[in-house]
Amino acid sequence: MRFQVVVEVRGRAGIADPEGQTIERALPALGFSGASSVHVGKVVRFDLEASGQSAAEQEAREMCDRLLANPVIEEADVTVRPAEPGP
Amino acid sequence: MQPVSATVGVVCFPGTNCEHDVVRALAAVGARGRLVWHGDDDLGDVAGVVLPGGFAHGDYLRPGAIARFSPVMGALQRFALDGGPVLGICNGFQVLTEAGLLPGALRRNTGLRFVCTTVPCVVASSASVLTGPLAAGTRLALPVNHGEGSFTCDEATLRRLEDRGQVVLRYEDNPNGSVGDVAGIANAAGNVVGIMPHPERASSDLLGSSDGIGLLEAFVAAATASS
Repeated sequence: MRFQVVVEVRGRAGIADPEGQTIERALPALGFSGASSVHVGKVVRFDLEASGQSAAEQEAREMCDRLLANPVIEEADVTVRPAEPGP
Repeated sequence: MQPVSATVGVVCFPGTNCEHDVVRALAAVGARGRLVWHGDDDLGDVAGVVLPGGFAHGDYLRPGAIARFSPVMGALQRFALDGGPVLGICNGFQVLTEAGLLPGALRRNTGLRFVCTTVPCVVASSASVLTGPLAAGTRLALPVNHGEGSFTCDEATLRRLEDRGQVVLRYEDNPNGSVGDVAGIANAAGNVVGIMPHPERASSDLLGSSDGIGLLEAFVAAATASS
């Protein structure tokens, strides 16, 4: 089965996020005064062939542990859903 | 130029850009630098290894994240475990943390500022192949040139590094937000060292400082002694 995987990587709580802080300071200059707790991370999307939902999740999680996120400073959320059937 | 004392491997990843500076600086302290391609799974007969600065694999994903899977890294892991002297400079430091040879990680600088300047540093510990002969408290003017050099680790790790003398180099005037003003650390055995400043760019008075010479001499002496 084919799955669409979305991995969201973000800084661990307590790790400084200078990019998020800078954006948070910039927003009020444009009139967006209500934004707080701004954090910047990254998203990695890919298609994955796997035997089932839980196998796909497990494999994606392993990718996070070994490459996509650095556990010293980052956390990752994994979302897996069946790929849309092709046309 | 001194008689050659040791051959030091200088690892080149795609995107490494300080390898020739390092080879030249090694020659100034009497060692022969031999370029080692990252795709080689063998370091050859070297007494020490330097991972120079640059942007290995374009710093894609995170600095050092892809480089640590290069074929040469298996040989480097074995060399380091056997006690061989290893020095990571700037991007090389980032590679060593990603590879798990050194603790912690290097993050975007505070204020998102890319820093390219010469900063005063202080030797914080002599317990490493880079600082062995230098007394703690020795002041060195060393160039830094990085956007992601803010050393980060949890409090327990920092305390352990401090207690065991593994913080080997500290900034006097922290340019990047590193915890504990850390500019360089060593592993517990002291044979693997990572520093953000570039000693090879402070290897001649013509370059504005020759304060890096003492560090490189110490590294080459350790390499010579271990071979």
